[in-house]
Amino acid sequence: MEKNVYLDLGYWVQKKAKQLGADDSALGINQSRSVEVDFRDGEVEKLKESTEQSLWIEIYANGRYSSHSTNDLSKPALEKFITNAVDLTTYLEKDEFRKLPDPELYKGQHTVDIDINDTRQADLTVEQRLERAKNMGEFIKGKDDRIISIASGFYDDHSESYHLKSNGFEGHKESTSFTHGASVSMQGAGDKKPEAWRYYRARHLEDLVGAKETALQALARTQDQMGAKKVPSETLPLLLENSNAAGLLWRLMGPLSASSIQQKNSFLEGKKDQQIASEVLSIMDDPTIIRGLGSRYYDGDGIAAQPRPLITDGVLNNYFVDVYYGNKLGWKPTSGGSSNLVIKPGSRSGAEIEAGLDKAILVTSWLGGNANGTTGDFSLGVAGWLIENGKRIQPITEMNISGNYSELLMNLVEVGNDPWIHSTFRTPTLLFDKVNFSGS
Amino acid sequence: MINMSRRDFVKITGTGLALATLPGFLRTGFAANSPGGNPYGFYFKRFGIDDDTIRKVMAEALHYGGDYCDLFFQNQLSNSIRLRDNIVSTASTNVTLGVGIRVLKGNQTGYSFTEDVSLASMKAAARTAAGIASGSAKGVPETFNATKLMNYYDTEMSWEDVGVKSKVEMLQAINDDVFKEDPRVVKASVNFADSENYILVVNSEGGIATDYQPMLRISVACTAEQDGRRENNYFDYSARDDISFLTPERLKRLPREAVARTVKLFEAQTPPAGELPVVLSAGSAGILLHEAIGHGMEADFNRQGISVYSEKMNKKIAEPFVTIVDNGTNPHIRGSINVDDEGYPSQETVLVENGVLRTYMHDRISAQHYGLEPTGNGRRESFKHYPMPRMRNTYMKSGPHEFEEMIASVDYGILADQFTNGQVNIGPGDFTFYVKSGSLIEKGKITAPIKDVNIIGNGPEVLERVTMVANDMKMAEGGWTCGKNGQGVPVSQGMPSVLVSAITVGGRG
Repeated sequence: MEKNVYLDLGYWVQKKAKQLGADDSALGINQSRSVEVDFRDGEVEKLKESTEQSLWIEIYANGRYSSHSTNDLSKPALEKFITNAVDLTTYLEKDEFRKLPDPELYKGQHTVDIDINDTRQADLTVEQRLERAKNMGEFIKGKDDRIISIASGFYDDHSESYHLKSNGFEGHKESTSFTHGASVSMQGAGDKKPEAWRYYRARHLEDLVGAKETALQALARTQDQMGAKKVPSETLPLLLENSNAAGLLWRLMGPLSASSIQQKNSFLEGKKDQQIASEVLSIMDDPTIIRGLGSRYYDGDGIAAQPRPLITDGVLNNYFVDVYYGNKLGWKPTSGGSSNLVIKPGSRSGAEIEAGLDKAILVTSWLGGNANGTTGDFSLGVAGWLIENGKRIQPITEMNISGNYSELLMNLVEVGNDPWIHSTFRTPTLLFDKVNFSGS
Repeated sequence: MINMSRRDFVKITGTGLALATLPGFLRTGFAANSPGGNPYGFYFKRFGIDDDTIRKVMAEALHYGGDYCDLFFQNQLSNSIRLRDNIVSTASTNVTLGVGIRVLKGNQTGYSFTEDVSLASMKAAARTAAGIASGSAKGVPETFNATKLMNYYDTEMSWEDVGVKSKVEMLQAINDDVFKEDPRVVKASVNFADSENYILVVNSEGGIATDYQPMLRISVACTAEQDGRRENNYFDYSARDDISFLTPERLKRLPREAVARTVKLFEAQTPPAGELPVVLSAGSAGILLHEAIGHGMEADFNRQGISVYSEKMNKKIAEPFVTIVDNGTNPHIRGSINVDDEGYPSQETVLVENGVLRTYMHDRISAQHYGLEPTGNGRRESFKHYPMPRMRNTYMKSGPHEFEEMIASVDYGILADQFTNGQVNIGPGDFTFYVKSGSLIEKGKITAPIKDVNIIGNGPEVLERVTMVANDMKMAEGGWTCGKNGQGVPVSQGMPSVLVSAITVGGRG
């Protein structure tokens, strides 16, 4: 993005909104370019290149508020767009809690160089991308007679945005990301064709886990599912693989938000400074991780990003408080959403924990299910392994776990030392006691 | 009291087109009677294009010898408005315009898009997509011929002509009714969204088709308190329709159902665990079909040989009273389309006929692979995406049994009423759907309510276990969106009441 062109356009829009009757405005201009390459069984299946741009604006006028977005950034089109936006706002009801953040919240951004833009992305050619995607599949080819099909892909994007708020905020973000991965389908028993995948994502190309390792993990994960079946319903310890632990814990983010609490839809309302999980659980929200997938200098409200404890030794320290719901609750805003979530590691690896289990189920993937954020009840589909005497004795599938998050979190007995760093939620292996598994 | 005639919704703000009704050429779907003699002139004007521009862009797209190309023009206008804490103080609008250019070489796809529909930008995007092929340039058509289409969602009024003020009043009236309905209600939210999608798809074989696709969704959610406990639930409607869909009856039913569904949860018991008989109530239970068989019948997975249904064609997979279709032609239903996003007319596609697997759902690539006609299932989220085989409205037809007969046949099991989401693993066929609300069945009688339970099964096994199908087929009323490879498309589903003799219920008992 040519900096001055887009920034100038942003200030032009801000000024135009004011002229047309907005008291205040917040706006963002985004531009991104991405390339997506998919191979199947050694042939290119899809090659897609995307370049897009958009503008969004929030209008504050006479105590009223509305938000709008468009992908037509020509000035005549924008003038009509802003005119309509301001006009629409006047027909809404007044809302005393809708206002721009206190400018004090913009101050104090951390000064770590988070290094989330890989400038070498611009040098990547389409041929290099095709080569990478193809090679990923080659590592799997011929490795197992039961293979039906191998898909592999390479994706990367560069995105840039400017944010302006009429009470003095100006922000700029520029980042890249790279993803590669493979999926493998195999002929199982009868008509069943187990399929599994592995992918990795990173801010810098050089940080991606190696293509061969990624490919062989995808193969192994498919082989692991061969012969999977449900086992009888039982209450057992749940060992949760690090790469899938976020699949259980992200559902807490809704109930931890100020909007859920203010709307009386959170089972965690009134739990601040109380024990909500066992003492082994500590979670930090850390926007300062170098090359972190969730690292940032400011959030959607323009609030300066800072590391903040979420849960310490099982005690809830903070909610996610955005400006609007913070105003409604009379709470000081923290941030409306998470950056990188980091769980304090324990002392043993997933493998060491597994070796010490008499009987448990290791969960390695999720299938559907949902949770009720108002009550904490959950019921989720799982697949993985039945473990007896520290050994994986039977792959399992078509089973559910059910319970309530309040109990589940108190039953967390051990945290591994192996955080999954390829995600914004850096979860290690987790061991929960007394989980209800339903099966045959 | 909610009572608004269509007239009350006529726009009173100064913006937008000053039309009282939609022009006839939008209402007929097929653009035969549009002004100026050109059957797609309205759309050409909207996108600022003509035959010559299309030919120039196609020449770039086929520059390296692609077999085929298509251009998908789209202009979508979306509005949403929300009530929370008794005031309507949040609204948003979104405008998108662009063209997606696809080049096929055998089964290979090159894709690019631009949001700038100038000739120069389109040519640049076309050249990018062209790169999937490597050969000498192909010719482009001299003329384009409009595809004859039916219209399954005739509407009178554009959403652009519905004023914000009347929407605010409608949401307020619903909110008032929610609180009047039950003193236990402590919070309510009402969301209303409408959109209009104008598409034009033209291909290098000379076919051209256009469509005007309206949509609305309205949802009411509430939280109630009783004895220190809280529960939250919702009810929603979605349709390809104009404001006339929101009849006084529907506007009254929204708050009533939302509250009834919420307070029912206070009576709920812990659901049981393990393999049990499950009766599915008619309607949105069609989510079972969407997951258990729908995705597995999308032909791309079968062409690749990776679906659990890849070797099942013309084989018996269910009882003879089971017939399952995917239909894009149901009037005003959310998943209906007059034309798919590759330009093929919509149709009713019979997936399972009297228990026998008959047809996969095809897009152009898979239809060519199998030597069949496309089934009108080539859909995409927007011009930013390439089309794939996707479902429209997937449902089972009514069968010979009675609902009461099913309940009476169950000694211990559950009745599943309300569903929120589902998922499937195409290869092994394992799928799930989440039951927000239902009841226990004990000794042939419906007893205590249950809630929040996931059900998990294997598609082909569960279809074999559909042992009764009632004569009460009903379409889902809410706004379902199907996700596949990162693309969301609006769909619907339907189901008569059915009995599944055994499936794993994820309870705790």
